[in-house]
Amino acid sequence: MTYPQVLLQNRKPDRIATLEEYQQSGGYQALEDVLHNYSYKDLQEVLIDAVLLGRGGAAFPAGMKLRTVAEDAPFPRYLVCNADEMEPGTFKDRVLIHADPHMLIEGIIIDGYGAKAEKGIIFIRPEYESAARILEREIKIAKEAGFLGKKILGSDHSMEIVVHRSGGRYICGEVTAQLNALMGKRPNPQQPPPYPTEKGLWGMPTVLQNVETLANIPHIIRNGVEWYKNLAKTETGAGTKLFCVSGRVNKPGCFELPMGVRLSEIIEVHAGGMPAGSEYKACLPGGASTRYLPKEFYDIEMDFDPMREVGHRLGTGAIMVFDQKTCLVGATLNLTEFFARESCGWCTPCREGLPYIRDLLLRLEEGEGREEFIPMLQQMSKHLWSSYCAFAPGATSPVESLITYFEDEVREHITQKKCPFK
Amino acid sequence: MLPAELKESLTEHIASVDHPRELVVDIMFAIQDQFGYLSDEAVEEVAQLLNMSPLEVEELATFYTFIYREPVGKYVIHVCDSVICWMDGYESIRDHLCNKLGVEMGETTSDGLFTLLPVCCIGYCDRSPAILINKKVYGPLTPEKLDDILENLRAQG
Ligand SMILES: Cc1cc2nc3c(=O)[nH]c(=O)nc-3n(C[C@H](O)[C@H](O)[C@H](O)COP(=O)(O)O)c2cc1C
Ligand code: SF4
Ligand code: FES
Repeated sequence: MTYPQVLLQNRKPDRIATLEEYQQSGGYQALEDVLHNYSYKDLQEVLIDAVLLGRGGAAFPAGMKLRTVAEDAPFPRYLVCNADEMEPGTFKDRVLIHADPHMLIEGIIIDGYGAKAEKGIIFIRPEYESAARILEREIKIAKEAGFLGKKILGSDHSMEIVVHRSGGRYICGEVTAQLNALMGKRPNPQQPPPYPTEKGLWGMPTVLQNVETLANIPHIIRNGVEWYKNLAKTETGAGTKLFCVSGRVNKPGCFELPMGVRLSEIIEVHAGGMPAGSEYKACLPGGASTRYLPKEFYDIEMDFDPMREVGHRLGTGAIMVFDQKTCLVGATLNLTEFFARESCGWCTPCREGLPYIRDLLLRLEEGEGREEFIPMLQQMSKHLWSSYCAFAPGATSPVESLITYFEDEVREHITQKKCPFK
Repeated sequence: MLPAELKESLTEHIASVDHPRELVVDIMFAIQDQFGYLSDEAVEEVAQLLNMSPLEVEELATFYTFIYREPVGKYVIHVCDSVICWMDGYESIRDHLCNKLGVEMGETTSDGLFTLLPVCCIGYCDRSPAILINKKVYGPLTPEKLDDILENLRAQG
């Protein structure tokens, strides 16, 4: 089964698409069109009609976000591109930047126009130093070609883009923490109001979007809303999605597929199926902060709505596949270690609660678990929902769903006084 | 403590932006690249350059994974220990590194060449188990491949 490639249409095994190659595939035509034929409000409307939902995990409509910047909001306004991508299992933004950096650059300039933002900032994790260098080089090339700078292509819109390197911490991916990081402050989250689109970077209106979200924008402009919606397999969905597949599959990788493609097809067809002797037990469908998706959902349509309807989240679409031989208590212990380490430490439920959960899981895994640990894990997970930011509820997703779907496996650790997989 | 040339280029960079503080991570990285890590003196230096208090710099320096507040080896090896690398056996990679180099995680070899540190998912889960050496990725790894990599680095000194 092959599907239209949009975001990865110029992907090559060993190098980026050059500016010329991007332009040959229609690149920068959307920018020209928008700057001359669209008001910034037209642009917002098109993105809303196209149902472009944020690809960074929260699925907020991109056009609506632009619209929350008030008409009379002060200048300068900022557009931040979130290339932090620290959600375990997720590597789509890396693949996209290494395939076609100008697609992202064009997306940033157009989105910037939609917010009347003249300063673009790409916030990128230190592990992606090669991507950061590619972007710096290609931004210069785009500028020399007249796509960046003052009065772009003879319009009223001006824009500069800079690359900002992170020092590396998961919480920097969260919007408000990222803004603090950009301002040289300790990257603690900041509960709204004020919302970043009202008072963000340096107190100015700031729109923040994920890499993949921004890369969609030129295509929507060039090919139209109907075309974009028709890319999806689901009625309510739109566009394609970059699915990263890892874990127990034969061909781990990043695949561009229609929004709403079935999980079973992604695993069996695109990721090469599972290795001999491995059977599907569960996956985390959208990064470490989503819930285990057990076998009963193996055929689910991978789109925001169908997932939400069954109490799950699509997250970043990073599918981590576990087989019947993998201990999910062990996996959840590992995930909780991650969250306990990466907690920013600002608020007590998260800072204290995660090590507590980790300790319970560790004792279970080592055969020292007791029956009352199960309700304790559930209760602690609930407590974490009163934390300051969305990090902690995300961190409890694997724990809570472990008990919801795999309570028997947890209990076996208790009755056998050891990990049954060892 | 900074070489005049570096200080000049940093000062120039700082003068060219609207909000000097936004450069704090860049400045920390630049000084770290020069000396390998960020000493107490370096923290003071960063603070002075950016008109921040040393405490404000310190709370960032200790927050970020890739800023080292203690001396490290010439090659800093970050071993990914998140869930996909866990499934694919990062533990044997870690143990092999520790044995081969004769140090524990968090330590530096006595010849000052290698430092071992854990790190969470580095975004190369399609190449797990994966590690970073001086921010360059290697994976999927086996003990044999690791031996080759270490030997090559040793040969370069
Ligand atoms: C703890 C935490 C970590 C996050 N990390 C990222 C990230 O690495 N990249 C990203 O794009 N969004 C991340 N997000 C989501 C952002 O807060 C935000 O919703 C998103 O970047 C907005 O862009 P979008 O609407 O285009 O998705 C994270 C959220 C939380 C709570
Ligand atoms: S929930 Fe965790 S990450 Fe969020 S503010 Fe509290 S301590 Fe920090
Ligand atoms: S889990 Fe190791 S690179 Fe993602």
